[in-house]
Amino acid sequence: MPALDELEKAYESSRKDRQFQNELAHLRKTYIGRPTPLYFAERLTKTLGGAKVYLKREDLAHTGAHKINNALGQALLAKRMEKKRVIAETGAGQHGVATATGAALCGLECDIYMGSEDMARQSLNVFRMRLLGARVIEVATGSRTLKDAINEGLRDWTTNVRTTHYVMGTVFGPHPFPAIVRDYQSVIGREAKKQILEAEGRLPDHLIACVGGGSNAMGLFNAFLSHDEVKMTGVEAGGQGISPGEHAARFAGGSIGVLQGTKSYLLQDESGNILGTHSVSAGLDYAAVGPEHAFLKDAGRVEYTYAKDDEALSAFELLSRTEGIIPALESSHAIAEAVKLAPRLSKDKIIIINLSGRGDKDVQQVAKIKGIEL
Amino acid sequence: MSRIGARFRQILERKGKAFIPYVMAGDPSIGRTRELVRILEECGADIIELGVPFSDPLADGPTIQKAAQRSLAEGVTLGGVIELVSELRTQTQIPIVLMTYYNLILRYGEERFARDAASAGVDGMIIPDLPPDEATNLLRYSRKAGLDLIFLLAPTSTDERIKKVSGASSGFIYYVSITGITGAKLSMDSSIESHIAKIKAGSGKPVAVGFGISTPEEAAAVSRFSDGVIVGSAIVKRSGDMDEELKRYLLSLRSAIR
Repeated sequence: MPALDELEKAYESSRKDRQFQNELAHLRKTYIGRPTPLYFAERLTKTLGGAKVYLKREDLAHTGAHKINNALGQALLAKRMEKKRVIAETGAGQHGVATATGAALCGLECDIYMGSEDMARQSLNVFRMRLLGARVIEVATGSRTLKDAINEGLRDWTTNVRTTHYVMGTVFGPHPFPAIVRDYQSVIGREAKKQILEAEGRLPDHLIACVGGGSNAMGLFNAFLSHDEVKMTGVEAGGQGISPGEHAARFAGGSIGVLQGTKSYLLQDESGNILGTHSVSAGLDYAAVGPEHAFLKDAGRVEYTYAKDDEALSAFELLSRTEGIIPALESSHAIAEAVKLAPRLSKDKIIIINLSGRGDKDVQQVAKIKGIEL
Repeated sequence: MSRIGARFRQILERKGKAFIPYVMAGDPSIGRTRELVRILEECGADIIELGVPFSDPLADGPTIQKAAQRSLAEGVTLGGVIELVSELRTQTQIPIVLMTYYNLILRYGEERFARDAASAGVDGMIIPDLPPDEATNLLRYSRKAGLDLIFLLAPTSTDERIKKVSGASSGFIYYVSITGITGAKLSMDSSIESHIAKIKAGSGKPVAVGFGISTPEEAAAVSRFSDGVIVGSAIVKRSGDMDEELKRYLLSLRSAIR
């Protein structure tokens, strides 16, 4: 608790510190490469035959995913708190890479916790983290995925709290993490709003984003929440279908519980133990969802649905072929939803999909699934 | 006064210190836990802490994580452990505290849990992922049922936290000797002693120390400035040993805690 209080105070004071904000803005522009483009996917739009589809290109941010927006902010925050070391959990490896990058930039020591199953399916990112000077610590307990990596990260943090900052990678964990991560990611939606107004002279009708913990979705949605006319859909991982252990669709198959210091929707058994999950995408393979998403669902502001593994894989190939953009398997879940939604809407409607990351990291795994030897 | 409160009063009256061993219920079977409770009592335990297995035990190190996995594989649930305590009450009146994580209780239903646990003969609860700030409901139900809620303080706790946690705790206050998880290596800095003295003076409640204590020497050192010593992982590690060997170890701890 004292560490969370310390973090909250440091974060609040950093928000009012003009120098800190200037440094963050400068690095966003010159290091991350923001603003990322809002791209009109004309060929995809034609193929789907309905609403106009725009892609918010977070895949073009430095390190290839939206994760850097938050990791860089928190690395600066760690430096401000005079911590010498940062640690983080990672699922797909994108947050691990982003944290290792932020740590290298700020001269901090960096340890990344990653489940052994995720290390096997995202070996490229494991090597990237090591290149960036981070230590990758294998987590072989529990389901050996993201949830267990967070457990180990939090255990490390409790042990080394005086010298270490925990860079939570998603809008989860105890307060103030969900708020900090949302705020650092909100730049996505702020930019998208400005860009769509420039391109179309009006707000979009629909936003779509994939939801693991939910940081890229919160990042896109946040700036639009007060505009009731903008509909929003969060897409969870349907895995092999909605039966216990086969998916990670918390809203479809979960119930309220407390995990890792957060009250939200969880996949749990009848006694309250956390269930195993499955998704083709490591970044969505998680038993709980950010608490603000739970709030937005209960308030009826955002609709949540899921895409199954095979739907995400088809969307992965579809975007590659129609637009020359290989999306991350996580983001492919959002595209899969657009494939269903766009044809049902008229041609004057506008959809923005958050293309949260690029798919280079997934190429090997997709080849494996397709039975292709590289 | 609760059974835990009464036990501490007796101990403090004879200027003794409490020995509080921990075992994971259902590791590797409920039958073995029944035997272990008997052995612990024979070897001078004052209060017994029973772990209830949870799939994601954030505050626990590898030893207790593995014990929880074994117990879960046996199908042990919170309801099952409550039932076990109710059976144990036919053989012993030793104070029993359950240590588990909040989601199990939330799922069971907080009000129903407090009622069922208390009427089965559970005396108190340690829930490392539930700070008093979030425990308003459970505190109310527990008080009504006569169940102690034991909250945790650590070397990093500020004066403000100490005040809040001490105020909410009943039975005793659990002082975590290290910043870290159960079973980690104990490395006490000298400030712990004065920190605990401050907590005791401010709260007037007994303070027991746990996390990372495994040898009789460590137990002796910690008992010098606390009211009780909690030993978990080191006992869990030995809980499958031959009974005679386990008893020798427990008795060595018992005689060190004074």
